[in-house]
Amino acid sequence: MTTRSIEIGVGLFVAIGIAALLVLALQVSNLHEYRQTDSYQVSAYFSNIGGLKVRAPVTVSGVRIGRVSEIYYDPNRFQARVVMTISTQYDYLPTDTQASIYTAGLLGEQYIALGVGGEEDALRDGDEILFTQSAVVLEELIGRVLVNMTAP
Amino acid sequence: MTTERSTAPLIEIEDLHFRRGTHTIFEGISLQIPRGKITAVMGPSGTGKTTLLRLIGGQLRPDRGRIVVDGHEVHRLARSELYRLRKRMGMLFQSGALFTHLNVFENVAFPLREHTRLPERLIRTLVLLKLEAVGLRGARDLMPSELSGGMARRVALARAIALDPMMILYDEPFAGLDPITMGVIVSLVRRLNDALGLSSILVSHDVPEVSSIADYIYLISEGKIIDSGTPEAVRHGSSAWARQFMEGLPDGPVPYHYPAPDYLDDLINTGKS
Amino acid sequence: MVSLLQRLGHFGLSVFQSLGRAHLFLLRTLWSLGSLTWRPRLLIRELYSVGVLSLLIILVSGLFVGMVLGYQGYITLVNFGAEEVLGSVVALSLVRELGPVVTALLFAGRAGSALAAEIGLMKTTEQLSSMEMMAVDPYKRVIAPRFLAGILAMPLLAAAFSAVGVWGGYFIGVGLLGVDGGSYWSQMQASVDFYDDVLSGIIKSIVFGFVASWIAVFQGYDATPTSEGISRATTNTVVYTALAVLALDFILTGLMFSA
Repeated sequence: MTTRSIEIGVGLFVAIGIAALLVLALQVSNLHEYRQTDSYQVSAYFSNIGGLKVRAPVTVSGVRIGRVSEIYYDPNRFQARVVMTISTQYDYLPTDTQASIYTAGLLGEQYIALGVGGEEDALRDGDEILFTQSAVVLEELIGRVLVNMTAP
Repeated sequence: MTTERSTAPLIEIEDLHFRRGTHTIFEGISLQIPRGKITAVMGPSGTGKTTLLRLIGGQLRPDRGRIVVDGHEVHRLARSELYRLRKRMGMLFQSGALFTHLNVFENVAFPLREHTRLPERLIRTLVLLKLEAVGLRGARDLMPSELSGGMARRVALARAIALDPMMILYDEPFAGLDPITMGVIVSLVRRLNDALGLSSILVSHDVPEVSSIADYIYLISEGKIIDSGTPEAVRHGSSAWARQFMEGLPDGPVPYHYPAPDYLDDLINTGKS
Repeated sequence: MVSLLQRLGHFGLSVFQSLGRAHLFLLRTLWSLGSLTWRPRLLIRELYSVGVLSLLIILVSGLFVGMVLGYQGYITLVNFGAEEVLGSVVALSLVRELGPVVTALLFAGRAGSALAAEIGLMKTTEQLSSMEMMAVDPYKRVIAPRFLAGILAMPLLAAAFSAVGVWGGYFIGVGLLGVDGGSYWSQMQASVDFYDDVLSGIIKSIVFGFVASWIAVFQGYDATPTSEGISRATTNTVVYTALAVLALDFILTGLMFSA
């Protein structure tokens, strides 16, 4: 085994390893989201966020435009405050946009869908979305259906 | 300073004690090894002759006593100083201890590449010179697995002299060789010693070969020096043990039988041990 | 009874002794790593035997593990009508757990045992000893490059394993079972986070590489210089590495993914 072929082999090995790392970073994971540093944040209050998690997608018409970056409970308003980071590519969202928490599929993860409103003014960094619709909790829904069925 | 050193013994060992576990190997050995001579340390198998070489090389640490090599007390040296001293020692291991993944040429070149920044041309010249000295210039491309025991030892010898050391430690250089190879090695040891002006220390139990080349002999048994002198003097010395060893007699001060209970008792008491 | 206690005590002492030797050994090895900056050639040679020669088994195993994950994941998910998330199931399992762990186990079997045997044999044939007598430090010349090569190779091997595995899952899930290709990748990207999942997996495999290489070179260096000693060293390497990797994986998973 000559030094030359050993060095070629090692070079190939390192190249394959780094290519694999790139595949993991760019194709398998969400690194490209982190690279979009141009983004702005808007927040919204929900009375119930259900199973919403940080990093959950934020969509408009089903297209992903950002993600949930922060969730915490605001003791002054007795509501959960959700901060969303949205790419500046999508900076045309009107101020009366509505935010709803939906579930992907029956048991899938939860995400925020934005319903675009009709105002002229667009949301700016740090603005608040006023119209929100909380997550649908399955137990509540079933309870309501049962009440409706037994009522009449 | 230098003149004083060159007349002083190369190696001085004083009151050396060494034990391995509960087994005592050396119990107060003192000896001197002169410069430019072939000094042999002889003794039966298991007396720790190889251990003595490792103590001189600083690979083992004595329990008591000191070893001075060329004015340096081996076990007081820092690692870097010890390594500097070792560059001037060559050691020939019994197995040869060649690097199995390198061929003959690279084995001999190894110490040169590690310790010098010589250009490739010069390394090639030096290696061929050393290989020529042991008669194996033609075997430079062989791998160690393709060499016979005697050839491996000669390559190892070429490697040991690659850095032109002041001394060579031979560990059982004659063990397990056929008569022709043995003759080659014996004459090599003598020739290298005289031609390169180095000092040789060899440990061995091959009496005739050692007697033929050694200038001085130390006989060691059970951790002590039994006798010392020129081969001739030891052979005709006062010690009965030394005579038994040198002549190779089966019985004498060293009994033929390993200590055992009485023979007849042992046979009768079957299965009661 | 007393003899049993004595044996237990003897066993305990010998365990602590070898642990102590292993740590002293590690210190000297780490201390010797610096000398490699002068001798990158040594590292390249070891990267070849540790990395390049392990690549094939890693790639093939990764492909098969990914294909099995694709199959099993599909069979489970299709019951819930959630086969769309197959991509994230396959990718998360590989990137977080199976990639680093299986790679480390295969590494122990392929490269670790070879390292232990090689160093053990060098010790048995007095090559290490003769190196010392030639004033060449075996830690710098033999141990350090092998140790570092193991640490460097492991994350690359684990990444290759995971990447190939993801494609294996794709072949089965999308190619054979008819999951939508677009949702395979988009679900994967939606749930696999670069920092939390990919980077954690890489850190895991670096830790595993450290431990696996440490065990292998120490077992070789500490081997009894007999043929039996070498065979014990190679066996110990595989067994200890497997145990250490699985235990460490548990701890690291607890630390990294607890939130």
